[in-house]
Formats: sequence, structure tokens, C-alpha cells
Amino acid sequence: MTTTVLPRVNYLNVKHTVASWLLTKDHKRIGIMYLIVVSLAFLIGGIFAALIRVELTTPLGDLVSDDTYNKLFTMHGVAMVFFVLIPAVPAILGNFALPLMIGAKDVAFPKINLLSWYIFVIGFLFTIAAGILGGVDTGWTFYTPYSSVYSNSNVLLTGIGIFIAGFSSILTGLNFMVTIHRMRAPGMTWFRLPLFIWALYATSLVQILGTPVIAITVLMLAVERALGFGFFDPRLGGDPVLFQHLFWFYSHPAVYIMILPPMGAISEVIACFSRKSIFGYSFVAFSSLAIAVFGFLVWAHHLFVSGISPYSAMVFSFLSFAVAIPSAIKTFNWTATMYRGAIWWQAPMMWVFGFMGLFLIGGLTGLFLAALGLDVHLHDTYFVVAHFHYIMVGGAIMGYFAGLHYWWPKMTGKMYSNSAATLAALLVFVGFNLTFFPQFIVGYLGMPRRYHAYADEFQVLNVLSSAGASIMGVGYTLIACYLLYSFFKGKDAGPNPWRAVGLEWETQSPPIPENFTEQPIVTAAPYGYETRESNVG
Amino acid sequence: MLPGIPLFPEQASTLAPEVDNLYFFITAVTAFFALLVVVLVVVFAIKYRDKTGEKVGHPIHGSLPLEIGWSIIPFLVAMVIFVWATVVFFHIVRAPDQALEVYSTGKQWMWRFQHIDGQSEINELHVPVGRPVKITFTSEDVLHSLYFPAFRVKADAIPGRYSSLWFTATKTGEYHLFCAEYCGTAHSGMVGKVVVMEPDDYQAWLSGGGGLSLAARGEQLFQQLGCVGCHLGDGSGRGPSLAGKYGTEETLATGATVAIDDIYIRESILTPQMKLTAGYGPLMPTFQGLVTEEGVMSLIEYIKSLSSTAGPAAPTQASAPAPPPAASDNTGGPGE
Repeated sequence: MTTTVLPRVNYLNVKHTVASWLLTKDHKRIGIMYLIVVSLAFLIGGIFAALIRVELTTPLGDLVSDDTYNKLFTMHGVAMVFFVLIPAVPAILGNFALPLMIGAKDVAFPKINLLSWYIFVIGFLFTIAAGILGGVDTGWTFYTPYSSVYSNSNVLLTGIGIFIAGFSSILTGLNFMVTIHRMRAPGMTWFRLPLFIWALYATSLVQILGTPVIAITVLMLAVERALGFGFFDPRLGGDPVLFQHLFWFYSHPAVYIMILPPMGAISEVIACFSRKSIFGYSFVAFSSLAIAVFGFLVWAHHLFVSGISPYSAMVFSFLSFAVAIPSAIKTFNWTATMYRGAIWWQAPMMWVFGFMGLFLIGGLTGLFLAALGLDVHLHDTYFVVAHFHYIMVGGAIMGYFAGLHYWWPKMTGKMYSNSAATLAALLVFVGFNLTFFPQFIVGYLGMPRRYHAYADEFQVLNVLSSAGASIMGVGYTLIACYLLYSFFKGKDAGPNPWRAVGLEWETQSPPIPENFTEQPIVTAAPYGYETRESNVG
Repeated sequence: MLPGIPLFPEQASTLAPEVDNLYFFITAVTAFFALLVVVLVVVFAIKYRDKTGEKVGHPIHGSLPLEIGWSIIPFLVAMVIFVWATVVFFHIVRAPDQALEVYSTGKQWMWRFQHIDGQSEINELHVPVGRPVKITFTSEDVLHSLYFPAFRVKADAIPGRYSSLWFTATKTGEYHLFCAEYCGTAHSGMVGKVVVMEPDDYQAWLSGGGGLSLAARGEQLFQQLGCVGCHLGDGSGRGPSLAGKYGTEETLATGATVAIDDIYIRESILTPQMKLTAGYGPLMPTFQGLVTEEGVMSLIEYIKSLSSTAGPAAPTQASAPAPPPAASDNTGGPGE
């Protein structure tokens, strides 16, 4: 590392031993350690995705066997959902930025924070072991009784991995929530909190309340599979649909664990590069809480054709439409924030533009699926696959990259190439649309998801998808290249390369281990861009 | 555009245009909102661009009327979609009374269809055009989902339960039939076709197969399994008479009443102790494992037939000794 050229001691160069990393209690180092593990999971999940797309270029299942294909999409889903999307923004960016943004020295429980990372890694290792020992083929949704009785793959080992990783999520949520309550700098009132903090707070709520349910569900699945308890197996008096209720009671709110923190990052970046206050601050803040709360009441919209009563389907359809409104409010407020701003086209803002386009499509196509009469046709087709990738990749991953590009100079003290980053955002945006837009069409045509082989007439659209995926792959590879290059060879970023407002920009880059040389005191609302300089554009 | 990219599936049922109209409406509404936001973002990004990064924006912090407007208007639009979609949904889930009934079972990895008149087929379903068809189905193992894209209908096949779906085909021809719920190794091979025929052709096809009707097969099974020994037609047996019962209500030993339908009959065969009829002891053994799902369906069809004819055949044969259940492992009908 070339950290020796930096003028002062910082959290990266304060100690160099491996033990100093593995035993660190510094939230910033723990954030970097999450970055490494999550990036590895993203690479693994991405390789699975690439193999899936290559297989699907022809209608015949000719590249891999059907069992292998089933394992590929299962492990793609498990890696991406549990080890990338859920931890990406809270555990990497949240860990790094949260204490800095509220003017704290660290999170409330630094040792528990380190414990969270170890629990996460142990969960990840179990899941990796399940993959190496033959994989798992149930789909990431683990629907019973296939997963509990019929599958011959490593369901238990994967389940244990997810069970363990869940505790990491619970502890991180708990840690953040206490930190936000107890560790704010003097003057940092609730309504002076940056919106990223509001988003992390709402997310912590979901993590704490929702994650125990998936732990219980996985445990019930394990007990049925290993000991023959009849929770879900109808031959033993169980009910397979019960599993779906339990699974989605966590896994739908989990979607909000994945999307709320990136939304918070988007609010930070859009304010900074529009040089303006966020339009409708309190509406954006409370819409995060509304999403977190209403998100718990929509789970059965995954079950409209799974044998629930039509009247309960009606209620869940109504609530699903209702939960769309806070997301719409956020989108309109972000758009209005740009109005009469002074918009500086830097790389993080390019990712925001990408996010806006893709999240918009992802959110709006959710209305198709919330609509009962239409969902009967669309359920379990590629339309659903396209919809949730627009939310998860187009929304969550684009938002993650917006945040990562925004805070990268703070995390590393180094600046990456702006033009390379802009090109990467463009490649991912174009590649993503080419990959997933055709899937809406092939879904409406009736192509079911999780098909290893498919009818001939779906081929052209699938080839387009695969072509788009390869463009996206180039984009992601490019990001890895210029970020790594900048880490070792990049120009010094200085404390505040974006001339951004916020406590994290008032300390040096990379920050000192204690974050601030003296306790910051907050006297104004966040995003005071307009008042900082007189040069109104 | 490349030639030959299909953009829209065939409309081959009375429900398909209803679903498609809803689809077009939602597409139009969402396209409007998407374009609105995209145009604003692009216009703002270009119009207010500052290449220097030195300027700052105007101090605008929010607008309550705007917040209220862009909360209420999307909500109202969403409610229009909600109501419309719910109306369509109830058309989809409520089968018309006079539907032609077909039974089906899904299992890893095939669909078996059983016509009332006796024909059975695998991964193929023949139906007449212009007549409502109702399929009642279950799964013998894991979850499956019966999906006819051209008819815009699907429903999960769930072990231990009956699901149903219906459609009225509007065009003759062959259309896809898919399993839509992931079910293991050959999930993508659990596909077939539905053949929509002119009514005359359908009748000809139906009579071509021969064999016993489903009810007649149920009657055979009723005797093989020994049901006939207790369920005497005059009600004097150790079990209640089944004549004329289908579609009525039964009073249970607990005092509750239960509708006698497909699901209740299935439960009574597989878990007879769960809902005992008032006035009868818990004597009936379970037939779980002794009768296949298709066997149960034939028994249901037989019990149904007892309601449409005045004098069922069962009691007259009561004296004939029934073979023990264990001997009847071929209870699923031909083709098993």
C-alpha cells in the first residue's frame, strides 16, 4: 500500500498487521472488511448469472444439465440476496459513513459490530461449503415440500448459512438504531439528520423485527427435513402454503432492507450534485418509515395463485398498491430537488440518473403484479424476474454504486477516474436495460421463470437478454479495475472533493481513527448548499 | 426492430381480452408517469447543468400542495387499477356453473388429465371450443402450477389440496401448457399442449378412447377398497349412506356443519377421523397410501353420480365380499 504518502495518520495506515484488521473495532475498517466479502459474493453470484445467461441463449438445455442449471439460479439468488443486497449498503456504506455523518466516534457497540462481521463471514462460509459440496437446487425461496422432503441437495447447510448470516443483520440493525438514538453530535436533532441516516434507521427497524422470522422459518424447515416434523409436509398434516406465508413475511420486508438504504444514499448524492436542499425533506424521511411499516403488511401478494382466499388476496392487493405511494413520493421529491439546482455531472450523479430510470420502471411494473387479475397471468413468469431485477439491481445496486462512488474518496482518500466511472455507469445502464427489458415481454408471452429449456419462440428475446448481460459484465469489471487502480495509484482526493455538505466531509480523507479531532457541533439543517456560497446559479 | 420477435401472446380464451385490456391500461398509465419523470430529470439535468461545480442551487425546500398532489393523484390512479383488476380477478377465480369438468394431477414431471367420460391423457389436454372448462387438480408430490398463457390463467397445484381454474377457449388450435412453479430437476420439461377442438371433433376424440367413465372407475374402486361394506345406500351400514349427499351439508359429531364437496370427500377418505359424521363411530381406517390422487378423484366422481341417480348400485352389492384394501395397489386406474 502507498498509504505512506498520506500526510497524517488515518484509519487505514494507523496499523498494518493482519491482526490489526481482524481485531479492529473501528467502524470504518469493518465497513472495508464488509466491502471485501460482499464484493467476493457479488463476483460469485455474477459468475452464476453469467452461466445462466449463456445457457439461455439457446432454447435447448445444452450447456449444463438441468440439475446444474437449477443449482446455478438457486445459488445466484442466495449469494445475491443474502450476501450482497442485504448487507451491501447498510454494512458497507452504513458502517463507514453513519458515525461520521452524525458526528460520532464509532457505533454504539464497536465489539458487537466486529462480531456481526464474523457472524456474516461464518454464514457465508457455510453457504460456500454448501456450494462446494454439491450445491443446492431449491430456488432461493426454498418452497416446501420440495425443499423439506424431495430435494437431494445441500438444503440444510445452505439454511444454516442463511440462519447464521441473519444474526449479523439483526445485530447491525440493533447497533445502528442505538447509535442513531444515543450517539448524535450536539445539535444533531432528528430533523437535522441526513436522509441516509433516516433510511438506515427505517432499515434497522425491519432488520430487527423481520429477520427473526426467517430464522424461525429456516429452523422449521431444517427440523422438518432432518427429523420429519410435519410443519409443511401435507402427508404429515402440515401445510406447504404456511411456509410461503412465513418466508414472505420476512422476505418481502427484506426487499425494503435492500432498497431503503440505497434510496438514502441517492438522497445524499442528488442533494450534493444539485447543490440544493432535498425537496420535501420530511416527506422523504417519513416515506422511509412508511415503507418500513407498510412493508410488513403486503407479504401475501406473493401468494395470489397459491391457494389463498380471493378476499384475502383483495386485501393484500390493496395494501400493495398503498405501499407504492411512499416510493412515488420519494421519486417525485428527488426529481423536484433537481429543479433550479446547479447540477454538477460527476460520476456519483451519473449513477443516480441510472437509478432514477431503472427504479422508476421497477416500481411501476410492481403495479402490474399488485393488480390481481393481471398477476394470475404474470406470476412466476419472466415478468416477475424482470420486475425484481429492476428493483434489486436497477434500484439497489445502482444506488449502492452511487453511494460507493460518492464516499470512495472519503473511504480511501483517493480519487478514481471520473470518465471511466461515467462510462461504467453508462455500460451498466444500457446493458441492464438490454438484459431485463426483453424479459418483461417474454414474461407476458408466458415464459415461466426457472426454465432450463424453453419454447423456440422465446429465443430472440433471450438472446437479447444474454447480450445485455455481457455488456453489464464489462461495466462491472470496469468498476473493479478503476476503483482498485485508484486505491493504489489514484490522486489524493482531499477532505472534500465534491465540496459536499455534511459532517463526514469535515474531517480528513481517509479519516483519522477517532473520526474527528474535536467534537463537531451541529447548528443547521442538512444540505445547506444554498447558504454556503453566494454564487446562486 | 428485428423481424420475428413476438411481442404479444395469442388470445385464445374469453378471459384473455379482459386481462389484456387491463394490461394495456396499466401500461399506458405507467408509461405516462415514467415518461413524465424521465423527461423532467433529463430536462433539469441539462437545463440546470453547471460544469464548474462552483454554483449553488436556488433555496427551494418543498411545497405542501405539491406533496399532497403527488400523493393523492397516484393513489387515486392506483385505486382505479385496483378495482378494475379485482373485478377481472373474480371473473378468473369464479367458474361458471355449467362448466365441463376435467380432473388433473401434477407430479414430478408430468401433468395427467382425466376426463369424466373416461379418457385420460398425459401432458396433453383436449377441450372443445366455446364451452367453459373447469379443471380441478392437485399434486402428488411437490408444488406445481398449471399455466395456460394463451388463456391467461394459472393456479398452483398443492399437495393435500384441490385447486381449480377455468377457461372458455375461443379459438381452435394448439397452445402451450406449462408448469409455472419450480418443482425440481425437470421443471422445464413439465410442459405440454392444450388442443382446442370444434365440439364435434371433441366428441369424436372423446369417444375414440373407450374405457370406463371416471364415475364407473370410482365405483369399481369403491368395491375394491371395501367402502361398499360400510357405506350402505339405505343408511343401515356402519358408515353413512353416500347417496344424494354431494352438494348438501353434513352435521358432524362436533355439532358443526360442513359442505359436502370435493375437498370434504377427499379429507374423509384420507383422514376420516378429522370430521366424523354425527351418529357414526370412528371406525373408518385411513386410505392414505392405499389410493392415489386419481383414485380419490374417481371416488368423488362416483359419489357425485350417486346424487344424480335415484337408486345407486352400491347397496345391492353390499353382500359381495370386498377384497382387502392392501390387495388393491392398482387403484389409480389404467396407465399407472
